[in-house]
Amino acid sequence: MINATDKSGLPDGVNNAAFDWTEKLITVTGLEKRFGGVPVLCGIDVEIDRGDVICVIGPSGSGKSTFLRCLNLLEKPDGGSIVFEGDELTDKKTDVNRHRQKMGMVFQQFNLFPHMTVLENLTCAPVMLKKFTKEEAEEKAMTLLARVGLADRAASYPNQLSGGQKQRVAIVRALCMEPDVMLFDEPTSALDPEMVGEVLDVMKELAESGMTMVVVTHEMGFAREVSNRVIFLDEGVIAEEGTPAEVFGNPKSERLQSFLSKVL
Amino acid sequence: MSWFEKLHETFIASGHYKLILNGFKNTIIITLGALLIGVVIGSVIAIAKYFSEGVPSMKAVEVICDFYVTVIRGIPVVVLLLIFYFIVMTGAEGVPVAILTFGINSGAYMAEVVRSGINAVDKGQMEAGRSLGMSKLQAMRKIVFPQAIRNILPAIGNEMIALLKETSVAGYVAVIDLTRAGNLVRNNTFDAINPLMLVALVYLVLVVGLTRLLKVFERKLAKSDKRN
Repeated sequence: MINATDKSGLPDGVNNAAFDWTEKLITVTGLEKRFGGVPVLCGIDVEIDRGDVICVIGPSGSGKSTFLRCLNLLEKPDGGSIVFEGDELTDKKTDVNRHRQKMGMVFQQFNLFPHMTVLENLTCAPVMLKKFTKEEAEEKAMTLLARVGLADRAASYPNQLSGGQKQRVAIVRALCMEPDVMLFDEPTSALDPEMVGEVLDVMKELAESGMTMVVVTHEMGFAREVSNRVIFLDEGVIAEEGTPAEVFGNPKSERLQSFLSKVL
Repeated sequence: MSWFEKLHETFIASGHYKLILNGFKNTIIITLGALLIGVVIGSVIAIAKYFSEGVPSMKAVEVICDFYVTVIRGIPVVVLLLIFYFIVMTGAEGVPVAILTFGINSGAYMAEVVRSGINAVDKGQMEAGRSLGMSKLQAMRKIVFPQAIRNILPAIGNEMIALLKETSVAGYVAVIDLTRAGNLVRNNTFDAINPLMLVALVYLVLVVGLTRLLKVFERKLAKSDKRN
């Protein structure tokens, strides 16, 4: 976790305006989700601090993605509570759209807008939601694009990019809204192996800059190296959690041991 | 009398060519006007259905949309035209009534076309828009709908061709469209072959021309299409 007094590392992409560093950014309590009666999440409790980089691992079907998608209400929870920056998201009166602006999301399938150029992809939401003027948004987008090494692709269309480039653009698209937390849903799973590295590098840099991140991933190396907390989900519950050293070096539960033996 | 002399007598000398030209003009106006109304109604219905599906509080919207599509598709367009001209819009000119009627009729078919276009857009597009903080309507307008329209341009072209031919029944309500004009010339000149063949030929040429145009347009779209 980032030190409360040391914010010097934060780039302008990260909102480091005055806020209470002791407050939990996201508090999830008793989160439940069913799909057609089948329980997928059965009571998840997680607290996320500002600056946390949390990796969520687990076998497929364990509810990792569902958990992540519940955080910004792309999936509607069936039970439990999600408090984000002090507001209860599951409350019907809460303006989810406003909170989603503060929660960037990166998808496995990139989901770039194919009918827009890279630059339009980046500026579309901030301009539409009146977060920035067109000029400000474009300037910001170009700065961030340059940081991921894609400034020369601003006028390209998504299908002219490689998978790794698409995902880097998708990350920048989320960053353009200046989110307080970034949610990654298996961001490298749809990539050709040789492109995984370039995306992980961007994510690593982002983590080092102090961005709060929740990453659903199968990249154990990334989890071990970059995260400060690893959550092992199995059959809809948190089967084990801890620092990477604890989870990877000294797994307690049999389920985690058998999972790690298969993926490491 | 040679064929050319006959043609001259039927269309030129009698001044009937003006009637045909006027009918041609009306057919085009009705087709384009109705197409515009049809696309607008179709889009509104399709989007309304998209938003109301599975939302209990919007059940009424869904029911109204389904009702509209069912009723309009279930009534022959001629009957619809007569109802509008003699009951709903009494006193209105024939052309506006025809535009509206064909538009409303076309809208019901267009709704299904637009809906299929919206459904063909990957679900992740809406999610990506929502995850950035856009409302459902904003994401629809800026992200999903533009892609849906691209998907369905060929289908809209087909609808336009069908619509063009369908307007030939506009003569039922005192509109002088191309068909009615041809039939009037036949009636006035006792020459059945030439006016009717001319009318048929004009429709054929229009449809073939439109089809060609659509092909060119589609090819252009495919070329500039930056999607996978």
